[in-house]
Amino acid sequence: MNVISDPQAAPLPEAERGFTIDLRHGLGFVARNRMAISDIARGLSLWRLALTLSWLDIRLRYRGSVLGPLWLTLSTAVMVAALGFLYAVLFHTTIRDYLPFLALSLVLWSFIAAMVSDACTSFTQAENMIRSMRIPFSLYIGQIVARNVLILGHNVIVIVVVFVAFQVPVNLNALAAIPAFLLWLVDGAAASLLFGALCARFRDIPPIVGSVMQIAFYVSAVMWKPDFLHGHQSFLVYDPFYTILQIVRGPLLGQIPTMHAYISALGFSAVLCIFAWLTFLRVRHRIAFWI
Amino acid sequence: MAARIEVQDLSIQFPLYHGQSRSLKRTMLARAKGLRRLQENSQHRLVVEALRNVTFTLGAGERLGLVGHNGAGKTTLLRALAGVYEPVAGRVRIEGTLNALLDPNQGMNMELTGRENVTLRGRYHRMNGPGIEALAEDVRVFAELGDFFDLPVRIYSSGMIVRLAFAMATAIRPQVLLMDEWFLAGDASFRNKARERLESMVRGADILVLSTHLNDVVRSWCSRVIWLEDGRVKADGPVDQVMDAFSGIGEGVPALFPETALS
Repeated sequence: MNVISDPQAAPLPEAERGFTIDLRHGLGFVARNRMAISDIARGLSLWRLALTLSWLDIRLRYRGSVLGPLWLTLSTAVMVAALGFLYAVLFHTTIRDYLPFLALSLVLWSFIAAMVSDACTSFTQAENMIRSMRIPFSLYIGQIVARNVLILGHNVIVIVVVFVAFQVPVNLNALAAIPAFLLWLVDGAAASLLFGALCARFRDIPPIVGSVMQIAFYVSAVMWKPDFLHGHQSFLVYDPFYTILQIVRGPLLGQIPTMHAYISALGFSAVLCIFAWLTFLRVRHRIAFWI
Repeated sequence: MAARIEVQDLSIQFPLYHGQSRSLKRTMLARAKGLRRLQENSQHRLVVEALRNVTFTLGAGERLGLVGHNGAGKTTLLRALAGVYEPVAGRVRIEGTLNALLDPNQGMNMELTGRENVTLRGRYHRMNGPGIEALAEDVRVFAELGDFFDLPVRIYSSGMIVRLAFAMATAIRPQVLLMDEWFLAGDASFRNKARERLESMVRGADILVLSTHLNDVVRSWCSRVIWLEDGRVKADGPVDQVMDAFSGIGEGVPALFPETALS
C-alpha cells in the first residue's frame, strides 16, 4: 500500500493481500480450525499493533495526571503498606515475615484479577474497530495480555522495594517462576478468548465473573499464608486460583510448590485452554454480529 | 497480482438475540411479513436475512456501484466484502490489498489524539516507523488540523473529525477500494479538495465498490451497477441500463435527500 504523498513507495511486503471465506460446503470442524489458526497467525503478525494499543490504553488511563502510570505503582504500594501492618497484627505474625509475602501475593493476584475482568471485555471494548476493519480477533487478546503485563511491570517495583527493604533471600528456586509465568500468559490468552466471546454474547456473565473472582480472592490464600490452615492445606489444590498463583509465588519466596500443585495448575490450565479453543472455533465468525 | 473479487451465493443473517421474548417475537414476525426478511433459523432464533444468494465477480478495472433503498443490504454487502461480517453460506474471495471506508469514525478512538489514531492505522497496515511518520504528516497536512492533530479527537468539531477520517482513510492506496457514500460529503470548502484526492485514489484502485444514493455519482464513476432489493440482486449490468430502471422507480427523491448523515 502506498502513501499518497509518496506515490513511488513500494507496496509493503507484509501487507495482507486479500482473503477467502468459503462456506459453500458448510463450515466443518477442519474449516473452523483452519480459520481459527489463521486468525491467531494473523494476530501474531500484528504484534506491533497489539503492543501500541496496549501502551495507548495505559497512557489514556493516566492522561493528564502528573505521575501517570506511576500511580499504578504508588497505589499498590499504599495498599500493601496499609494492609501489611494491619493483617500482620490480625494474624499474629511478624511484619518482617508477612509483608514480603503480602506484597508479592497482592501484586500477582491483581494481575490475575485484572486479566480475568479485562477478559470479559476483550471483544466488546473493541466494538468500533471490529465493525470497521477486518482484524483478527486474536489481536485484541494480545492487546489485553500485553496491557496487563505492562501494568504488572509497574507493580513489580513494589515487590522489589519490599524484598530489598526486608532483605528477603531469593534463591535459585525463583527461576521456576519463569515457566510458570509463561503458563499464566497462555491462560490469560485462553481466558480472554473464552470470556471475551461468552460476554459478547451473554451480557450477564461479567457480573458473575466479578463475584466469583471476589470469592476466589478470599479463599485462595492471597492474604493469608497456606500454613495458617494448620494441616488442611491439601484442600487448596482443588482451587485453581490457588495453585495457579502458587506456581509463580512459591518459587519467588524460595519454595518449589508441591507436585500436586503443579498437576492441579497444569490440569486446570489445560481444561481452560480446551474450552477456550472449542468456544473460539464455534463462535469466531459470529462475534462481529454480537458486539 | 491482479485484483479480483468473487462472491458466490453469499448469504448473511443477523441474529436478533434481544427479540427472543415470545410476544415480541410474534409481533416482529407479523410486522415483517410484508418484507419476509425476518426468519427463524434452524435453531428457532429470529434472524434478519440481510443478504440472500448474492453472486457476482469483479475483475481488475471494474467500478461497481451498489444502489438500492435503505435497508436493501448495501452496507452489509460492503462489510462482507471487507471481511468484517463473515457469511453464513456461500463464498467471498478477495485478491489484492483492501481498504474499506465504511463508517465515518473508521474505528477511531475518540480519546486518542489524531496522531495516535494515525499511528494505529499505520500499524494495522503493518507500516514501520518512517512509514508511519510519512503517513501522519500526509494526514495532518491534508486534513488541515494544525495543532489539533496532537489533541484528543473527542474535542474536534464534527467537520474536523470527518476531515481526519477522510485523510486517514485515503492516505493508504489499496487495490480494492470499498466505499460507503458518506465519503462523498464533507464541508463545502473541503469538498473540492476531497473530491480531487478521492478521484485520484479511485483511479489508482484496481477495483472500486461504491454504495450510494447519488445517482449522478454512480453514472460518472461506475462502469457497472448492482441493484439490491431486500437483500437480493434485483439487477446487475451496465450503468445506463440498471440506473434507468432504478431511477424509474426511485421517484427522484434520493437525489434530493442523499443519505449523507454526517452529524
